[in-house]
Amino acid sequence: MSDIEYSFTIDGQQVRFTPGETILQAALKAGIFIPHLCFHPEFRPHGSCKLCTVVVNGRTTAACTTRAMPGQDVYSDKPELNSHRRLLLQMLFVEGNHFCPGCEKSGNCQLQALAYDLEMLNPHFAHFFPKRPVDASHPDAVLDLNRCIMCELCVRASRDVDGKNVFALAGRGLDSHLVVDSKSGKLGDSTFAATDKAASVCPVGAILPKGKGFAVPIGERVYDKESIREKVVGLADTGAEP
Amino acid sequence: MNAIADVDTRSAVRKLRVATTSLGGCCGCHMSFLDIDERIIQLAEHVDFDRCPLTDLKHCGPCDIGIIEGAVCNAENVHVLREFRRNCKVLVALGACAVTGGLPALRNRVDLDDCLTRVYAGRGNGGAVPNDPELPLLLDSVFPINEVVRVDYFVPGCPPPEQAIWKLLSDLIVGHMLRLEDKLIRFD
Amino acid sequence: MSQSVGDDGLPLDQAVESILLRHQRDPACLVQILRELQDRLDYISPRTVQQLAAKLEIPITRVKSTLAFYSFLYDEPRGRYRILFSDNITDRMLGSMALYRHMLNRLKLEPGEVSADGLVSVALTSCTGMCDQGPALLVNNRAVTRLTPERIDEIIGLIRAQVPVSAWPAAYFKVEDNIRRADLLLNTEWVPGAALQTAIERGPHGVLAELKQSNLRGRGGAGFTTGIKWEAARKTPAEARWVVCNADEGEPGTFKDRVLLQSYAGSIFEGMIIAAYTIGAKRGFLYLRGEYTYLLPSLEATLADLRRRNLLGEDICGVEGFDFEIDVHVGAGAYVCGEETALIESLEGKPGRPRIRPPFPVSRGYRDQPTVVNNVETLCKVVEVMLRGGAWYKGQGTRQSTGTKILSVSGDVERPGLYEYPFGVRVAQVLEDAGAIEPRAVQISGASGTCLTRREFGRRIAFEDVPTAGSFMVFGKGRDLFEMAQNFAHFFAHESCGFCTPCRVGTSLVASILDKIGDGHGTEYEMNELAFLSQVIRSASQCGLGQASCNALTDTIQKFRGDYERRLRPIDFEPAFDLDAALGKARAITGRDDSGARLSTRVDIDQ
Ligand SMILES: Cc1cc2nc3c(=O)[nH]c(=O)nc-3n(C[C@H](O)[C@H](O)[C@H](O)COP(=O)(O)O)c2cc1C
Ligand code: SF4
Ligand code: SF4
Ligand code: SF4
Ligand code: FES
Repeated sequence: MSDIEYSFTIDGQQVRFTPGETILQAALKAGIFIPHLCFHPEFRPHGSCKLCTVVVNGRTTAACTTRAMPGQDVYSDKPELNSHRRLLLQMLFVEGNHFCPGCEKSGNCQLQALAYDLEMLNPHFAHFFPKRPVDASHPDAVLDLNRCIMCELCVRASRDVDGKNVFALAGRGLDSHLVVDSKSGKLGDSTFAATDKAASVCPVGAILPKGKGFAVPIGERVYDKESIREKVVGLADTGAEP
Repeated sequence: MNAIADVDTRSAVRKLRVATTSLGGCCGCHMSFLDIDERIIQLAEHVDFDRCPLTDLKHCGPCDIGIIEGAVCNAENVHVLREFRRNCKVLVALGACAVTGGLPALRNRVDLDDCLTRVYAGRGNGGAVPNDPELPLLLDSVFPINEVVRVDYFVPGCPPPEQAIWKLLSDLIVGHMLRLEDKLIRFD
Repeated sequence: MSQSVGDDGLPLDQAVESILLRHQRDPACLVQILRELQDRLDYISPRTVQQLAAKLEIPITRVKSTLAFYSFLYDEPRGRYRILFSDNITDRMLGSMALYRHMLNRLKLEPGEVSADGLVSVALTSCTGMCDQGPALLVNNRAVTRLTPERIDEIIGLIRAQVPVSAWPAAYFKVEDNIRRADLLLNTEWVPGAALQTAIERGPHGVLAELKQSNLRGRGGAGFTTGIKWEAARKTPAEARWVVCNADEGEPGTFKDRVLLQSYAGSIFEGMIIAAYTIGAKRGFLYLRGEYTYLLPSLEATLADLRRRNLLGEDICGVEGFDFEIDVHVGAGAYVCGEETALIESLEGKPGRPRIRPPFPVSRGYRDQPTVVNNVETLCKVVEVMLRGGAWYKGQGTRQSTGTKILSVSGDVERPGLYEYPFGVRVAQVLEDAGAIEPRAVQISGASGTCLTRREFGRRIAFEDVPTAGSFMVFGKGRDLFEMAQNFAHFFAHESCGFCTPCRVGTSLVASILDKIGDGHGTEYEMNELAFLSQVIRSASQCGLGQASCNALTDTIQKFRGDYERRLRPIDFEPAFDLDAALGKARAITGRDDSGARLSTRVDIDQ
């Protein structure tokens, strides 16, 4: 079959894809940035954060879970969609307790970096200020649920890569929360290890290694040097996995 | 970059009146403001200062721009904030505490009772919490200012970079809507 | 049984053992296991969680996440008498909130609080499907209908005297069918096996042809063509296929499935058996909402009857290899489990979070195998099509909506209950037949449906005009549609499964903004907020719950804006909370009450 058949357009730009790929995968490969949080190239698409919301042939959908199809007409980088994405970010900020100046992840955090990229100036809504626990029981890692955005990347990593099932999402609605696989419910009593994939996959500062906080000076952290857009697209250019 | 220079001072109708204050904040945002250094002279050609740490005025009069640093923690903060809102055409939340509640809002995880008892325990007077009417009473929770009054612009950062503050002022002086691009947006 | 028995070892082990045995230690039965264990143990303690995880050889997280998902599963004691008031807007219109507060006051309890002696707790729950005979409550999962202040007092007496619920007056638990207008379905008596016999004569392809000719569309809401759904499941190559009857009926204001389950269960099951025959399924489930647990014995009896008649079991009707069994799976309080993929997750013992579609259940459903999910009423309709033929059926109703539809009519009408009409009936006709009292608005198809004004009463009930899953709530003169929107907003915030951001956070934001307006702190600012929020929630949410969660809100803002506007303050902005009250704790701690210890909430007074 000819190449043309396996292509679609994003904001008018033609994008090739391999059958089976999602719109987000194809876009990233082509160096087109679509904001995303719960997507990770090493894991099966999940589709919960909805930051990757795009319009495909007039229908709104998540780019990370929608298969690319020949001839699709995709809109992504449009003021209206970006304002929707900003609203979703604001929801995530008021849902938890994000105090960036005191967060070890600051500067390396994808939530924060997307907020910069989408020019989110404030959380906008009344904060829920939930009371969520910090679990410092593990010798090598801290679990601070105040910053958890329920992306379930740690759940997927622990289950699919580490083969451990250390994490799961429990509850529902705003009561949704992460639970840990141990009798006490504490991370320190679980089989979690610092070498687990789940230890390094959290896009925000909810799972952090102990003893390494603020190691990189301000100005030299990941998203000080380049925006998340530049970083992801730059990685695509060099052919590395984003 | 210098938007203000484009405005001809002579043809400008009048200087803008600007008030600033710090509620539950550390004055770090004001310090960052001062980091505009010599540009403050340029600024002075375009603005007059009403209540602010420089003038030491106790109340805010009618102003064009009010800039608030800090979160709303107590009754006095509410009074000051409302006075600003009443008197300022444009109200700006400056810095993490004003924008999100920031550091002071960390106490929202603790019950106020608990919080005060712990702070005053072992500090004399039998650990009693002071009840002097001169002291402003604390609110149950700390709020970002936009949960108490309407706010027109937000400049995040702890403190906001001095370039962001300069961009804010220069945009407002020439009558633009403020736009901070991603490089000027910092939450820490 | 008291928890101490559970916490100290053996008796618990025995209880666990017998329940686990019945479910063959299958983790897919986790919801059933938890529900049954809870009946024995009162609640699921951390120790029970650990034991279960060990015995089922699954992670503790798996048990915890399921346990914490369902409203009717408890990880802490909830009292020996658990009272849950149905909180649909129709219950409220019948005065439920006054009864609720009365009960709380008399028992000296806060909402959700368990009395110090561990005797009783009182809280709210989503619509229990008794809108035609409300206000209603659930006591230990049993529905009590037609509440009055006297009945509440009697109930308090029974609780204080610790009379077991099984010994309460039977009249409390009487659930009427209230069939007011019967047509095709409700008028036809079930002749066991007759429809199945015609299906067998037609053969699977003949059944599909007949269904397609009838143009039968699903009654669960989406209106998907049943014949095409079944054909897709039949065509997907698989080791096993499954038939599921969706009896979750959680949509506020809907209670027609309850009546069908109570008085027409034979037809429902026969529809499932025909489905099994057609697609080649060996097992089926009826997913019964937890609120209808009281129907379990009669459903089991009907199943036993079907087995006796060889309409279930092996070599059904003498057809060699036609084996089919049906299990009733009882839900545990989660509206989202009515969504077919969430329902399947729940059947697999997991939290009811919708799956990403595609793949659709017809290709990958229960245990990732082809699964047909149909509404209760749809399955009854299958029986009709088999008996009367597709060609005849096609002539009923309208072109795009063939056959009849059962409506659950409640609210300000003289005769609430079930009304069955051919599709295409005008809303005004239904209102007249039900004796609507000066109707101001009708909310059709539940909280996720459409709100119609008087000018729209000429519209028709049909997929091509006003589609409905069956709920028809009437709001008379003087009713406040803001209150309806607020009630529904809380419903969605409570029922959101929490998977996706727009619905998880957005529905709660909408509810709190409506509360702000309801409390008299709203301004035009909040109206704009609602407009933008609802747009994003609708377009970005994962499943129908989130997507439809703002329908009533946008409809009422558009059509009954006055109900909002009279609550708005003519100012710029006001905080959502009472600033003076926010000083309350500090006043109490310091013992101060001077003028500096007071704040006016209203900016305009603070001069
Ligand atoms: C939030 C939500 C709740 C639903 N609840 C029900 C329900 O209680 N009963 C039902 O039959 N269908 C319900 N549905 C529709 C089902 O997903 C599915 O479409 C239906 O069961 C298919 O049956 P049908 O083709 O016979 O209509 C619900 C859908 C959503 C999105
Ligand atoms: S997790 Fe990210 S957004 Fe949250 S506080 Fe830390 S840096 Fe800020
Ligand atoms: S802890 Fe991190 S990775 Fe896990 S769900 Fe929360 S935000 Fe996602
Ligand atoms: S829309 Fe709501 S109910 Fe549906 S998946 Fe998202 S959070 Fe769950
Ligand atoms: S990245 Fe697509 S939904 Fe999260």
